[in-house]
Amino acid sequence: MSKDYEVVIGLEVHAELKTQTKIFCSCSTAFGAEPNTQTCPICAGFPGVLPVLNKKVVDLAITTGLALNCEIPNICKFDRKNYFYPDSPKAYQISQFDMPICINGYLDIDVEGRRKRIGINRVHMEEDAGKLVHQGDITTTPFSLVDLNRCGIPLLEIVSEPDMRSAQEARAYMEKLRAMLLFAGVSDCKMQEGSLRCDANVSVRPIGQVEFGTRTEIKNLNSFRALERAIEYEAARHIEAIKGGETLVQETRTWDEEKQLTRSMRSKEEAHDYRYFPEPDLLPLKISQEWVNSIRAAFPEMPEQAQKRLVEEYGLPEYDAQILTLTPDSLAFFDQCLKQYPDAKTISNWMMGEFNRLLNQNNMEIGESKVTAAGLVQMLKSIDDGTISGKMAKMVLEEMFATGNCPEVIIREKGLVQISDEGTLLTLIDDIIKTNPKVVEDYKSGKEKAFGFFAGQIMKATQGQANPTLVNKLLKDRLNHIQ
Amino acid sequence: MALTIKEVEHVALLARLSLSEDEKVKLSQQLGAILNYADTLNTIPTDNVEPLTHILSVHNVFRADEVQPSMPREEMLANAPLVEAGYYKVPKIM
Repeated sequence: MSKDYEVVIGLEVHAELKTQTKIFCSCSTAFGAEPNTQTCPICAGFPGVLPVLNKKVVDLAITTGLALNCEIPNICKFDRKNYFYPDSPKAYQISQFDMPICINGYLDIDVEGRRKRIGINRVHMEEDAGKLVHQGDITTTPFSLVDLNRCGIPLLEIVSEPDMRSAQEARAYMEKLRAMLLFAGVSDCKMQEGSLRCDANVSVRPIGQVEFGTRTEIKNLNSFRALERAIEYEAARHIEAIKGGETLVQETRTWDEEKQLTRSMRSKEEAHDYRYFPEPDLLPLKISQEWVNSIRAAFPEMPEQAQKRLVEEYGLPEYDAQILTLTPDSLAFFDQCLKQYPDAKTISNWMMGEFNRLLNQNNMEIGESKVTAAGLVQMLKSIDDGTISGKMAKMVLEEMFATGNCPEVIIREKGLVQISDEGTLLTLIDDIIKTNPKVVEDYKSGKEKAFGFFAGQIMKATQGQANPTLVNKLLKDRLNHIQ
Repeated sequence: MALTIKEVEHVALLARLSLSEDEKVKLSQQLGAILNYADTLNTIPTDNVEPLTHILSVHNVFRADEVQPSMPREEMLANAPLVEAGYYKVPKIM
């Protein structure tokens, strides 16, 4: 990133709401059903049908608005957004245009120890479109196959202000937003399944310039990493164009994960003209203060409250508290561990370190893992009572992760018992000292490395099972007593 | 006032209609007449009138979030011109 330019980013996030049924009909929203088995004349856009709004959608939208510090105007309505595409059988999407359910909110993010407030322009309710499946080679097949199961699944579109100034800030916003939606219980936020999707609006301007540069919109950002990389790529592309005197085109681009670059999606510069107009088939909503208050009263603990609790009650560093509260599952896991084990920082270290590494490696969420809080606690206790070393514990955790077995079973089956018997260790130590008189002399003449040699030999002889703290103590003792 | 030919072409493109040159001229006048008629609304003073969001003064009509059986797939697909493997089959749009 060049020092002379700044990148300006705004994000549009689509979150699928956690409802049993679609937004305007009673078809199921369950993921992964056979194509076109969860549709009816309403969601498939047959002529003459009438949509009826799912109340849960409004409840969840209000919940989201409160979580994002929004105003909830007391009247809102739906509008038709008109466009032709085979994934939209009505040739319009029911959305909200000029009177959305939530406006003027914000979200605070933390990047490199600094807190920054990102404005939320609006949150509105809308229906999802169907899914197009391309059979065979997309470049040669003359057909697309249409599955309308996803048609009519309720979505919230959350639009930020263009307040972000780096890819890291955009990522932090996205992570925080995901945490908020998860804690508020409004969405599953599974990026891979598409229940949380993100488009990024990116522009670049010389530092000090007030007007925004030409912006492009990037679609198909299916992961936090894709979001970060795509913004970095796009910002660099803009800067290069500006420096080279090229004119940037306002356009929609797609992120190519394989080639790690953005590509133009629409060749013709056909301005979006959705001809929004009020949806005559749906009645406006009046949202009373009592309704909003009843939702506020039932609010669950949110990430920031949880962070405060972890820092103030358990003395965890801010950083730990932030990581542990990225998802409600992660916080619940921590809380469960803490009920059975008093040392918060040790739990946190293992969750953020080794356990997290295994989760990332396998692209899993904590809730999907076979490791239970009780299992992790049992493992920690086995370290404390000297049964296993910290190093062995890493192996045990890997095995717990892979098999779901409890630590006791793994320790027994793998013969992972730490040797803490002084007699046994002393016999080994004496033996190794006796067979290496030269190294003993080195040690006596002050060569520290010689000590490491002996310790290494003991670990080797016991296949890593000797209690390292005890070995060090006994070895030092013995060597110092040799005349 | 008639619409310009360019405006007619734009609206036709959005509606996926292909028009002959004669039709464009005719529609520019007809659409213009419709807009003029609608413009009479602008002559009415509305300074102290609340904007209307719907012609009915009914609000908050909801459905409970309870699953009902969907329509059988064969019935849903019965009117589709082309079907394959449980999908609607349509010309590819790129």
